[in-house]
Amino acid sequence: MTDHDAVSELLPLPPATFHILLSLANDERHGYAIIQDVEERTAGELRMSAGTLYRSVARMVEQGLISEVIRRRSVADDERRRYYRITAFGTAVARAEMRRLAQLVRLARATGLTPETA
Amino acid sequence: MSRSFYRALLRLYPASFRAEYEPELVRAFEDSTRGAGRVATAFAAVHDVVPNALLVHLEILRQDLKYAMRAMNRSRGFVVTVVLLTALGVGANTATFSVADFVLLRPLPFPDPNSIVRLCEGPREGGGYGCMNELSPANYRDVAAMTTRVRGWGAFGGIEANLVGFGEPIRVSAATVGPEVFPLLGVRPLLGKVIDRAEDGSVVIGYGLWQSHFGGDPDIVGKTIRLDDSPRVVIGVMPSGFRFPDRGTQLWIPLILRGDDYADRNNTYLQAVGRLTPGSSFDQARADLEVVFSRLARDHPATNAETGFSFFQPRDQMGPRNRVILLALCGASLALLLLTGANLANLLLVRAAARDRELAVRAALGAGRERLVRQMLTEGLLLALLGGAAGLLVAMIAVPLLAHLVPTALPIEGQPSLDGRALLLAMTFTAVIGVGFGLIPVTALGGRSGFTALRDGGRGGGGSRRRLRGALVAVEVAVSVVLLASSAFLIRALWKVQAVDPGFASEGVLMLRTTLAPSRSADSVRRLQFYEQVLAGVKALPGVQAAAYTSGVPMVLTGGVTGIEISGAERPTDVRRNPVSFRFVTPEFFATLGIPIRRGRGFEAADRLGRPLVAVISESFAKRYWPNDEPIGKTFGTRGRQYAVIGIVPDIKVRGPERTSEPQLYVAAAQAGAIGGLYVPKDLIIRAGGRALSLASGVRDVIRGIDTEQPISDVGLLSDVIERQTADRRAQLRVLSALAAVALLLTGIGIHGLLAFMVAQRSREIGVRLALGAKPNRVARMIVGEAARLAVIGGIPGVIVAYAAARATSSLFFGIPPGDPVTLAGCVVLVMLVTFAGSLVPAFRAVRVSPLEAIRSE
Repeated sequence: MTDHDAVSELLPLPPATFHILLSLANDERHGYAIIQDVEERTAGELRMSAGTLYRSVARMVEQGLISEVIRRRSVADDERRRYYRITAFGTAVARAEMRRLAQLVRLARATGLTPETA
Repeated sequence: MSRSFYRALLRLYPASFRAEYEPELVRAFEDSTRGAGRVATAFAAVHDVVPNALLVHLEILRQDLKYAMRAMNRSRGFVVTVVLLTALGVGANTATFSVADFVLLRPLPFPDPNSIVRLCEGPREGGGYGCMNELSPANYRDVAAMTTRVRGWGAFGGIEANLVGFGEPIRVSAATVGPEVFPLLGVRPLLGKVIDRAEDGSVVIGYGLWQSHFGGDPDIVGKTIRLDDSPRVVIGVMPSGFRFPDRGTQLWIPLILRGDDYADRNNTYLQAVGRLTPGSSFDQARADLEVVFSRLARDHPATNAETGFSFFQPRDQMGPRNRVILLALCGASLALLLLTGANLANLLLVRAAARDRELAVRAALGAGRERLVRQMLTEGLLLALLGGAAGLLVAMIAVPLLAHLVPTALPIEGQPSLDGRALLLAMTFTAVIGVGFGLIPVTALGGRSGFTALRDGGRGGGGSRRRLRGALVAVEVAVSVVLLASSAFLIRALWKVQAVDPGFASEGVLMLRTTLAPSRSADSVRRLQFYEQVLAGVKALPGVQAAAYTSGVPMVLTGGVTGIEISGAERPTDVRRNPVSFRFVTPEFFATLGIPIRRGRGFEAADRLGRPLVAVISESFAKRYWPNDEPIGKTFGTRGRQYAVIGIVPDIKVRGPERTSEPQLYVAAAQAGAIGGLYVPKDLIIRAGGRALSLASGVRDVIRGIDTEQPISDVGLLSDVIERQTADRRAQLRVLSALAAVALLLTGIGIHGLLAFMVAQRSREIGVRLALGAKPNRVARMIVGEAARLAVIGGIPGVIVAYAAARATSSLFFGIPPGDPVTLAGCVVLVMLVTFAGSLVPAFRAVRVSPLEAIRSE
């Protein structure tokens, strides 16, 4: 299976998965930090519960989208928490999902439809 | 509090997930619910955990299924073997138990069927089964009046009648029923009403006849049909499930008994049905009847001295052989299920050993025990489901094949269908075995450290598992011997039955039945005229060598007996003690059936009414009454007339190849005078060589030319009738042989699997032995010797059980002794051969083990 196949097999991503990938795109975070980040990013619209988060995390680790950080980079981090970071594969999948969504929006625009109500 | 509540809820997650994420979950939950009220927190906890835990379980199931598919795809041979095995075991069992339940257990279609009892006459001493001899009206009347443990006695009889007027004239099976019978049975009619008074001229028709002959006419009630020349008004239609007294009965007419019907206690043509009074048991009622019949014997010694009774419940109408064969088949299919279980267990044990290492690796990589157990469970259940589905297919095919083991004498409707409970039971059995033995590799993992398993490599398992496998194979051998021996006994019995000479030539003989309406059969001149016209017309057809009418074709009409009085003997011989078979025939009867005249002459056209009455007797008849004299010219009496013997013919098997036949007496149809019922000649037999069957339409035209209203039935070849005599046996044999063949195959697979595995496990040891100079043939002998050891261990109990089983079912074996050494030895040899064959490939592989590779591969 080529990388491309492996990527497109996972698309479309469940919203929670996509948000977790976005949240980890630039930074390593622990679980609760992810929940908070997603909540901020979506202006409170998506508030994941602990169960939803770790169910997604477990699957994403299995799929190779994210991995647990074995060694902390900063002493400021809370030692007792488990941190996650995005993998190269996870970045590729997130990008592919962005492309898919952008294309979808383009297609919608081409029909003359606008998000604003007239 | 909220934390411990959340922790408790977390138990809903799989243990593996909990082990990984529990602390994180608790912390994230605490963080996100900080500051919330207790109720809100509890609510959030439930809302968070319940759906997510469920989804995690589903996710794992999905993964396990995917993994199981991959694992199964890797070992396709194993999967196919297991599925086929399960399918055979489950299918064969479901099918046999469905049929057995239908025949032996299912309640009959009457309200409170267990209180229904049937009564017939029978011999004073000894018994049989079902209705032995019918009751005379007088005996019925007296019994009904004198018994206290049975209420509502009703009488009925069987007749056949010509149904004319609606389309083709047809011959129907009917029952005459007393007014008590329908109310006693308690089944409501579908249309109209039942017969509840002795009123002549009415008829109730069965659902089947209503559909097939009257097109389901909803206005049938009130219409008039013609039965044997007399008009009858249809008063009711019975529902489709109603079968009484047997499955063949198509309509019912009132039984009307008048004063003179009670005169002769020897004229027996009735059966009785009743219900046990509340609180009375079947045995109490039987004891009651003993007293009644003893009293009748005292009161009417001339007729009742030898008269006993047969008293039974409707289900016991079927012969003991039918019951035995069904029980034997149940036993056989149970044995097969056992075999399936043993083989399945063995296969899974072998696979378990092969997977020890795989699982140890997964455990070492961090898979928890719970995850591995789940994985194995998923695989086991998946296999069981696949096998069960295939088993369902097998059962669906097998049930109709087994359906003709259902005896026609039972009053139950239609065909047995697949029994869901039987299917469920068999599937559960295989699933439990599949899952149970599927878990063995994981239990082994618990017992030893993963490290040992890794170090041991593929050789794991240990002595106890090997002993278990050996024991399982021994059980397989034993079961195979039992099944093989049972089939072998049946095969030998069939050969013996088929070798019985019927005494007449059935090849190339066409037979058909033209039952005359009573108005014609009662008039001897019109009756004889009809026979002569038909025979003359038939003989004019091309290819006909001989043709005759008879009151009964051998093996079709098996009864029809009379008693003989020899002048000078002290008292007339009772028909019940020394009966002879009694037939009215036309002159070419013997020529048509190829029965040679041994002495004297056969009948001639000149033997007519008004001439001296003559008779042809069989050799055993002559031997019984004139053992030391010349029988030709002797006279004897029967049914009130005196006959002179003019010829002697060999005996024939009137009652079929497996039963004892009475000596035979033939008299001329042309000299019959007033006769009725059974004795009116109605069967036309025509010898026409190879063209017999193609003659049928020509014969129909001849009969139509004489009487357009004469029904013609039972057209066929006499050889087919003979063939049908052994049809039951052949059906039984096919079923049992199929089971035995499957058993043998399974045993072969089992032995092969065990030894192949043994060789694979011990390849290192074998390699070392070979390297140290052991001779290859010694190694091969070790493998074959192991096979022989298992065959002997299993064979001995196998022979013992086979002997016991054969004794229990000896009624099926037509005199073949259950200990017959040739049969038993043959089976043991066959199983030995299969064992040997199963060990060949593993032995060959063992010899070819390369010492270098065997040692290096570790």
